[in-house]
Amino acid sequence: MSAHGNTYVPKSRLAKWFESRLPIAGLVHSSFIAYPVPRNLNYFWTFGAILSAMLGVQIITGVWLAMHYEPSAAGAFNSVEHIMRDVNYGWLLRYAHANGASMFFVAVYVHIFRALYYGSYKAPREVLYILGVVIYLLMMATAFLGYTLPWGQMSFWGATVITNILAAIPVVGDTIQSLLWGGYSVGNPTVNRFFSLHYLLPWMIAGVVVLHVWALHVTGQNNPAGIPIKSGKDAVPFTPYATVKDVFATVAFMILFAWFIFFQPNYLGHADNYVPANPAVTPAHIVPEWYFLPFYAILRAVPDKLGGVILMFGAVMILALAPWLDTSRIRSCNYRPIYRQFFWVFFAVCIILGWLGAKPPEGGYVIAARVCTFYYFAHFLIVMPLVGLFETPKALPGSILESVTGPGKQVSGSGVPAGAAAAPSTKG
Amino acid sequence: MEFSTLANPSATPSTAGDASLHDGSRRDFLFLATGAGLAVGAGAVAWPLVASMAPDAAVIAAGAPIEVDLAPIQEGQIINVFWRGKLIFVRNRSEKEVKEADAVKMSELIDPQADSARVKKGHEKWLVVYGNCTHLGCVPIGHSGPYDGWFCPCHGSLYDTSGRVRRGPAPTNLPVPPYAFQSDTKIRIGEEGPKEGKAAA
Repeated sequence: MSAHGNTYVPKSRLAKWFESRLPIAGLVHSSFIAYPVPRNLNYFWTFGAILSAMLGVQIITGVWLAMHYEPSAAGAFNSVEHIMRDVNYGWLLRYAHANGASMFFVAVYVHIFRALYYGSYKAPREVLYILGVVIYLLMMATAFLGYTLPWGQMSFWGATVITNILAAIPVVGDTIQSLLWGGYSVGNPTVNRFFSLHYLLPWMIAGVVVLHVWALHVTGQNNPAGIPIKSGKDAVPFTPYATVKDVFATVAFMILFAWFIFFQPNYLGHADNYVPANPAVTPAHIVPEWYFLPFYAILRAVPDKLGGVILMFGAVMILALAPWLDTSRIRSCNYRPIYRQFFWVFFAVCIILGWLGAKPPEGGYVIAARVCTFYYFAHFLIVMPLVGLFETPKALPGSILESVTGPGKQVSGSGVPAGAAAAPSTKG
Repeated sequence: MEFSTLANPSATPSTAGDASLHDGSRRDFLFLATGAGLAVGAGAVAWPLVASMAPDAAVIAAGAPIEVDLAPIQEGQIINVFWRGKLIFVRNRSEKEVKEADAVKMSELIDPQADSARVKKGHEKWLVVYGNCTHLGCVPIGHSGPYDGWFCPCHGSLYDTSGRVRRGPAPTNLPVPPYAFQSDTKIRIGEEGPKEGKAAA
């Protein structure tokens, strides 16, 4: 936001008066109107906007659900049924919120794999990328806390399993567990404080999103060619080009979201969660929500409790090290013939881990989960550093414009002043 | 954000020359006192916030010991009781099950402990253990698995008729809660008897 020239010129006297006291109109103008966007972005770059929309959906539906929800062990389950049956459009609010969480993760996984494929984590975007990992961690915590709130069987046992995972932490584990439970076991104080924390974390996500967008607007966007904007001809202004494209993609995504809400509202959930929490009976087949399955598979692949917990958290944390583990100077996999293949193997391994996480922990499934867990970490610790050293990348295009039009062609005109367009890459 | 539009960028506050005007020790004292006050204040604010999350007085009061009548429990039967919100299995073991548990070699066990150390002397047929798998807290299913004890449906841990883990991922045996026999048909869960000491360790 500070990196490029402020081209906003207030017209009216009131606007001038206000701008000299709080230059927020200029900030919006330079961030979302004049902001130079690489002209070669594909639809994978619309998922940031989709994620912002989903955060909004979750916060709005969540605030409304909280008007009817009762955060207590005795009342939670019934209040959710009350929302479903008695509250006007309560079913819609709840189905939108529950499926919204899944859609949020669909979008974030596309966003993360896009960052990994196009090398968006590499210099100068390391901080931007790590803020993204922080958001992802906060999303996981929020989703887990939210899933416990209906206080069905899966809620209760999910809370039990996850808080027992934390107890595996040496020395302080039991204290952390007791502070989360607020008792000697998962019970009334637990659901009460989980509700409080579930309401808190989305605002923390919103705060880190502001930092994420700020960092993005300092370094400028990466793009499919992985090369910086060099002249005004490489870029188009955010409005209307990116605005319209983002809104179009968001609307398309909302159609998918609506399909789940209106036609398959319980497809991504578990029937067991419509059974009230019962501390004496564990559901026969306990699995987390689909978006946690790869990590659940890693947890179960390790025969040691603490070891499983370390690898599970390590699987997320290792994402944050990618900027330094990847030794290649080429960002985009489009120009990395070897690494590109490894990327797709890694992608497949993540999908397979997710599938294994839903399977019972026995026989061949455990062995497969161990192989995949090994490969997951090997991708970061062995493949990323080594391939970057030995691979001969393809020739990069001379400019973003060239990557769109082919070498040597001219395109007349550009909506972005050359100085403004060049700024993000030079400041980055 | 846009920070460049300071009201008057040239009016940078000056720190030069201050040292010559003031005795350094007074400023040092203020600096240290402010820092110390801030640290103590932060601690004083953080402590009650964290402590309020610990089990409260009502939860602790509700965690008083409970009595369980053993008379209606048939041989082979396992009943569920709750103490402090935690599931506890009380199992009336058959003679065969006791023998099985006794005969196991310590070297075969993941978490070696003799059956005699997990029951009260003279009441060997009664097994009292927490009912949550020591892996991640699921409730194991009784009378199942190859050791006749418990099978955990979540991640496949197996326990024998003494509640000892025989196959992971559970790392330890089902713990024995503190309890004591009041009479032959009544136990009190929540504290050890006066004489028995650490039989249930």
